[in-house]
Amino acid sequence: MVGLYRHSAWMIGLIAAASVSAADVAHWHAEGLAIAQPLDGLRGDAARGRALVIARDKGNCLACHQLPIPEEPSHGTVGPPLMGVGARLNEGELRLRVVDEKQVNPDSIMPSFHLDPAHLYRPRPDMASTILTAQEIEDIVAYLVTLR
Amino acid sequence: MSLRLPAITLLTLLCGAAAASEPRSGYDYLPEEFQAMQDDSFENPGMFTVDQGRELFNTAGDDGISCADCHGPDGEKLDPKRIARYPIFSKRHGGPVTLQKQIDLCREERMNEFPLTYDDPSLVALETFVRHRARGEPVNVDVSGPMRPHYEAGKRLFRTRIGQLQMACYHCHDLYTGANLRDQVLNQAQTNGFPTHRLLIQDISSLHRKFRDCFATLRAMPFQPGSEPYIDLEVYMNARGNGLPIETPGIRR
Repeated sequence: MVGLYRHSAWMIGLIAAASVSAADVAHWHAEGLAIAQPLDGLRGDAARGRALVIARDKGNCLACHQLPIPEEPSHGTVGPPLMGVGARLNEGELRLRVVDEKQVNPDSIMPSFHLDPAHLYRPRPDMASTILTAQEIEDIVAYLVTLR
Repeated sequence: MSLRLPAITLLTLLCGAAAASEPRSGYDYLPEEFQAMQDDSFENPGMFTVDQGRELFNTAGDDGISCADCHGPDGEKLDPKRIARYPIFSKRHGGPVTLQKQIDLCREERMNEFPLTYDDPSLVALETFVRHRARGEPVNVDVSGPMRPHYEAGKRLFRTRIGQLQMACYHCHDLYTGANLRDQVLNQAQTNGFPTHRLLIQDISSLHRKFRDCFATLRAMPFQPGSEPYIDLEVYMNARGNGLPIETPGIRR
């Protein structure tokens, strides 16, 4: 039974490795619970980031977090409210939390939005990729920095 | 490093709270209008499936045998206490047998019918009808003895991160019950209302259909209905809700 799961994970891992080129995953390095450098040296856009945190098929941050976005009726209460988060955490700390919150809290419910898909278990083959691209991560970080 | 300690302490507290919390039916998390819909047999759309199941139950197969021949017209000889014990461990079949599987085995072995695919609409209708016979009976799954490894395997799957979103069932349904996920309230994912009418699909849904849809939500490859992982998950989740009254057909999201 367990062997079956492992076997499937291994197979899916292979499929994921085959269908996602390494270039789709930015190489990032965390130090001091922060990723100091922008992914792939990209520059984020806060307005695009604001749209991405709302979009249900993208960041969908509102599923779990309250944000200063009054035109959206329902904000989640699973994670902490993000009002003022740009004053509490610096840009590099915010980047790590969006890219891979489990580096901060291994048991977190929060998805790692830019994780090497080889680490996923049974992803749908058409979704065996990072949830967000490096550019989308940078856009969201640029937006979060403005929340002071 | 200093940030990591409080996070882990908080999680330990949350886990402790989840382990200590009593099972609560998904009914408790429904808006009042849907509770009323479930309670009213004329308003509850799941009752349509119950009626379909009753019809099948009373109808003879090709060999002239019906479920009612053994279990009485409308299943009046069925024992609610036995219905509430499913899945049971079957020595003869060497593993857990779900209520739906038992119905199909009965058809095959007692009525000489060909077995149907798991979650065939006829089987779901029969399962809904039979489980409805035990409405109000507390779920009572025995997971001691040979059932234990299946319970443990189900629990492992419940706690395994799946799909692109890398969440396990237990993240939402153990750790964060009662919290809002955008516009929905997270419940404990109890199984006592299944098969249930689901508002999102406007149809009856077996438990394994719901598992499949949860996997899809997490952007994961589902297992097949009736597969070993889903049967083990049913064993774990039914036992996790031991004591809750059967509500079939429930109304759920």
